[in-house]
Amino acid sequence: MSENEVKNLEDIFEARIARDEKIEPKDWMPEKYRKTHIRQISQHAHSEIVGMLPEGNWISRAPSLRRKVALLAKVQDEAGHGLYLYSACETLGISRDELYEQLHTGKAKYSSIFNYPTVTWADMGAIGWLVDGAAIINQVPLCNTSYGPYARAMVRVCKEESFHQRQGFEIMLKLANGTPEQKEMAQDALNRWWWPSLMMLGPTDAESVHTAQSMKWKLKRKTNDELRQQFIDQTVPQADLLGLTVPDPDLKWNEKTGHYDFGEIDWDEFWQVVKGYGPSNKKRMKDRVGAWEEGAWVRDAAMAYADKKEKRKDLKHVG
Amino acid sequence: MKNQHLYNYILGIADNSLILGQRLGELCGHGPSLETDIAGTNISLDLFGQVRSYFQYAAQLSDDNSATEDTIAFLRLERQYKNVLLVEQPNTDFGYVIVRQFLFDAYHLLFLRELENSKDETLAAIAKKSVKEVSYHWRFSSDWIRRLGDGTQESHERVQEAITDLWMYTDELFHQTEADQAMIAEGIGVNTSKLKDIYYKMVSEVLEEATLEVPENKYFHKGGKQGIHSEHMGYILSDMQYMQRTYPNMEW
Repeated sequence: MSENEVKNLEDIFEARIARDEKIEPKDWMPEKYRKTHIRQISQHAHSEIVGMLPEGNWISRAPSLRRKVALLAKVQDEAGHGLYLYSACETLGISRDELYEQLHTGKAKYSSIFNYPTVTWADMGAIGWLVDGAAIINQVPLCNTSYGPYARAMVRVCKEESFHQRQGFEIMLKLANGTPEQKEMAQDALNRWWWPSLMMLGPTDAESVHTAQSMKWKLKRKTNDELRQQFIDQTVPQADLLGLTVPDPDLKWNEKTGHYDFGEIDWDEFWQVVKGYGPSNKKRMKDRVGAWEEGAWVRDAAMAYADKKEKRKDLKHVG
Repeated sequence: MKNQHLYNYILGIADNSLILGQRLGELCGHGPSLETDIAGTNISLDLFGQVRSYFQYAAQLSDDNSATEDTIAFLRLERQYKNVLLVEQPNTDFGYVIVRQFLFDAYHLLFLRELENSKDETLAAIAKKSVKEVSYHWRFSSDWIRRLGDGTQESHERVQEAITDLWMYTDELFHQTEADQAMIAEGIGVNTSKLKDIYYKMVSEVLEEATLEVPENKYFHKGGKQGIHSEHMGYILSDMQYMQRTYPNMEW
């Protein structure tokens, strides 16, 4: 294809996106569009399955049968999200095994929030309320993103996430209205998860390398800083309702801007965790890689069995 | 308690689901593939759902006005749990997980099909709902027995080892406690001794299809139903009861 022809295809492609048309797997797309989407969708899928670990950590210790069932169902939903996001990603011409390989070798990233440990039951509330809350803010605009399979997967993901968020808030509410020990547990969880949740919305706009292109392709509708502000504005009144204190002495309502002003985020901590040196990075990867490696004989057996079955069927046909 | 036998009978059924559900819950996020992970969690969820129905019923029967599904699930001593030894066996590897499930599902399915006819309406209703779930569990675990048994050399050896090791816990499934006998006499309980032959036939057929050997044990383990558990049980309970023990009398 000549340079001119490619340019022409690119123009048609960009015009389709500008008209809000969906791009489907069989449509022509620029290589960069394909790669960017593989990167983002797989990062999202990896976040779902690594995200199962910190919450999975409390399934065996959940304080009541009702909470245990809800937590199991939530972690299972995350596995389901992983499954359809990987499938969406596979439509771009990459296999799930390759995607796992990228995760296990550290080539692909996942949300760094999951590199913090879950140390009390209240963390199950804080993750649902704050982490899923931040995720929703990030994800709702993606229901209208340009790549069809991703947009459709996100519609379902978002519905379930908002249920998880309410469930997390309800855990917090119960603790906040409970005994002094329970309230303290809730406050402690807010203290530990608040700042990482703000970081979860990504580096500041000045530092964000992908923003401009992603906005054009509707992979992003708002910048990281806009999303962060939205999250804070939405969450602070909820903390007030719980009677908990947001751990930021600089947090103040600004009449003029109609938003909350907030303190400086510790970006050194953010980059430390992103680069693999957070409190639980090693443990999370060890668990993922371990499950994969220890499961190899099981996956091999399933393949071998399917092959044998297929051959027996063929023999029957011949006979 | 007016109906101590019924109460004990319910706990005997429910504790199996409770402890097996707990074991499966430990695996969430650590399975060999996303699909098996989701299936394992599903089974765990079904089992805990059943447990809640049973314990809510047991709480109504209890003389203790403060009894709830949670006090029954979390606040007993080890000797008071009535589950069979099979379900408390550890998640050694996927082979053991599947064999444990398979050996229990076959029993569970046969048991629930009979419990559907119980004179006790609540138990019959729980059984009716559960039998659909457990049919799926059985399909899942027996399919995996076939895959692992007739898969690769390695999977064959591993699953055979698990079968051989866990077989000695199967006989206990059919032991009858005093509560069992009382409930059978009243037409409420299931006469499990009648299920034994069908059980071994059902299990053996799948094993043979999976090219696995059916063990010929002379000796079996028992004691779980009387609350004499393996050394694993204390660790399961300290995990499971952690919150309730550490923060007594609180709502979550």
